[in-house]
Amino acid sequence: MKKKVVVIGAGVAGIEAAAHLALMGYDVTILEKGERIGGHVLQWDRLFPTQRPASEIQDYLNQQIRNPNIRLIAQTCLIKNERNNEQFNLELSDGNVLTADAILVSTGFDLFDARIKEEYGYGIYDNVITSCDLEALFSSEKPITNAQGEPPSRVGFIHCVGSRDEKVGNTYCSQVCCVTAVKQAIEVREKLPRSEVFCFYMDMRMFGLRFEELYKESQEKWGVNFIRGRLSEASENLDGSILIKVEDTLAGRPLKMRVGLLVLMVGFVPSKGTLTIGKLLGLDFTPDGFLKPADEYIDGNSSNIPGIYLSGTCKAPKTIPDTLTDGRAAALAISEYLASTS
Amino acid sequence: MKKEGKRMVWPAYQKNIADDHYYYSRSCIRQNFYPGTEHTFLRILGQLNKDICDDPRHTTCTGIGYHTDVVPFETAMTVIARHFALMTGLGYENMITSCITSFGLYSEVLETWKEFPESEEKTREYLRKATGREFNIPKDLSHASDIIYKFRKEISALGTHRLTDIHTGRKLRAVEHIGCHYSKMFPSRGVGGAEFPCVLSGLIEEFGGEVVDYPERRLCCGFGFRQYFIKANRGFSVACSKKKFESMAPYEPELILTNCPGCFYFLDRWQYVISEMEGVLYGMRNQGIPVLTYEELAGLVLGYDPWDMGMQMHQIPVEPLLDKMGISYDPEAKYKGLKGLDLGVPLQPRQLAI
Repeated sequence: MKKKVVVIGAGVAGIEAAAHLALMGYDVTILEKGERIGGHVLQWDRLFPTQRPASEIQDYLNQQIRNPNIRLIAQTCLIKNERNNEQFNLELSDGNVLTADAILVSTGFDLFDARIKEEYGYGIYDNVITSCDLEALFSSEKPITNAQGEPPSRVGFIHCVGSRDEKVGNTYCSQVCCVTAVKQAIEVREKLPRSEVFCFYMDMRMFGLRFEELYKESQEKWGVNFIRGRLSEASENLDGSILIKVEDTLAGRPLKMRVGLLVLMVGFVPSKGTLTIGKLLGLDFTPDGFLKPADEYIDGNSSNIPGIYLSGTCKAPKTIPDTLTDGRAAALAISEYLASTS
Repeated sequence: MKKEGKRMVWPAYQKNIADDHYYYSRSCIRQNFYPGTEHTFLRILGQLNKDICDDPRHTTCTGIGYHTDVVPFETAMTVIARHFALMTGLGYENMITSCITSFGLYSEVLETWKEFPESEEKTREYLRKATGREFNIPKDLSHASDIIYKFRKEISALGTHRLTDIHTGRKLRAVEHIGCHYSKMFPSRGVGGAEFPCVLSGLIEEFGGEVVDYPERRLCCGFGFRQYFIKANRGFSVACSKKKFESMAPYEPELILTNCPGCFYFLDRWQYVISEMEGVLYGMRNQGIPVLTYEELAGLVLGYDPWDMGMQMHQIPVEPLLDKMGISYDPEAKYKGLKGLDLGVPLQPRQLAI
């Protein structure tokens, strides 16, 4: 009889792990609280660093899930877990009960709620949007305009919104926001060649393959301006444009600028699902609220509970390639565990 | 601008404000600059049948000395502990400060004691040695504007005037300035928080006016302690206020509502100074933009005589606002004291239209 694995979360990590577990011959059930698979990829238009359409990743995930060993249960949540020796009895929100020999938690992240940074005025000023809103605008293929329906002559990107910010309680780096800002800044310049684009950053963390080249290209080819300084506050002018106050920390001077559109690069926070499932299963959390692996160096997919594994951004911010890799690693760790159990 | 977005911020910052039985801690500078304002506050609370103790024994909170590095924090804590002891001795538990600097400093002291209990013990020891007094920490610490905000609906219901133009029915446009020390240090201690506070905007709206947000709303009024108290820095003080006036001017506000004695003073006086220095005037018809405190606004709504509230002490004449609100006043009585004595007419400004 095939051993059963329940994967919680049908985002990038969950799907990739499920596909590999299915290839290994396990009976895999994926629980997804939403209607569709793919997680945050669904909200993105193009991906850094190559501007690859996010739909291609979505297509890949749709392909991965096509395995008879995989069953997807959408719009369903786990509400109760009871352990019976090595087996888990899982009660679902639709009233059904599943049994599992192992569980993979891949509940992902939420984007930081930019309204918490009250001084930036998101949700109040019409021309303050998030990186996710801008991505939706790119996907819609509508022209980029401000709330007044005009193309903005100057666009500002604010890095590290909700990341590396003790004031909101998030001291970690979200990893992907810097390069996403560079990507989006280039896209704005592509679509609005007459616009000026300014990125306000703390440090440019261009750690990935081709990230640094993209950063260079954004300056040399696209004329994107980078100013090291954190936004102190934004306010709205009479014409709806946004007045921003920043300290240019390289020049050592305060700076005041008017922008037609202000884009907040929102970081990662542990998803509500991660918090709920983590508590329900009795998992350990990091001080930042992500799920804590048993050993961050050599056993990054095991949790503190035997038989329960972790993958993807429920543990920490990650890029898509790293999330896919982590999903595969989790599948391997689970297969090793199942091979060792009766 | 989405006003509903602002309102979504407010529920997180609705602090507890006591209903009654207050110990009132007055401001040092306010009683000199605008002596009628605190009297007006006491009068409003009297009309609302609230019990408030105006104790002549209390002293400065040392806030200005503390912020200019003249008074050490240990001294400030002990002086404030003495105020708490006076309050405790009279059987009160709810402290009201008249001054934003005091409110900020009291808050800082209470938060320090919360984080570092040993500093509270040390302060108790200092106070005991110096005065033999003991104290309880107030159950409730509010700024006087919090109290007016709390009873804004009652005041509005008792009111005889609205913040509207009686000739057209139009809402009067008002900008508000809460003062840096009200909630910028401890957002949870201010009604509505630090970024989009509602302690004053809530009054303006309740009394029928329209709140105007302008880009430099959050900027310091120009007082900023070191900007003013260090004489060589006073240019910064005027420049800071000027930035605010320039920023609000396009919105054509008809009133500046203030929270802090310092903000009130500087937003009022610097308009006159700028007009004399540069010939620049804000507000319509060279009349400047009238500056009011929350008590004065509430007092006008309640139908109090503006001269009884000491509004003749303002540098920017309030008559244009009174005329719009339909408040009758006796121009001849403007510079008469409470007993009818002539206070003397001040020198006429060169630019400002009187």
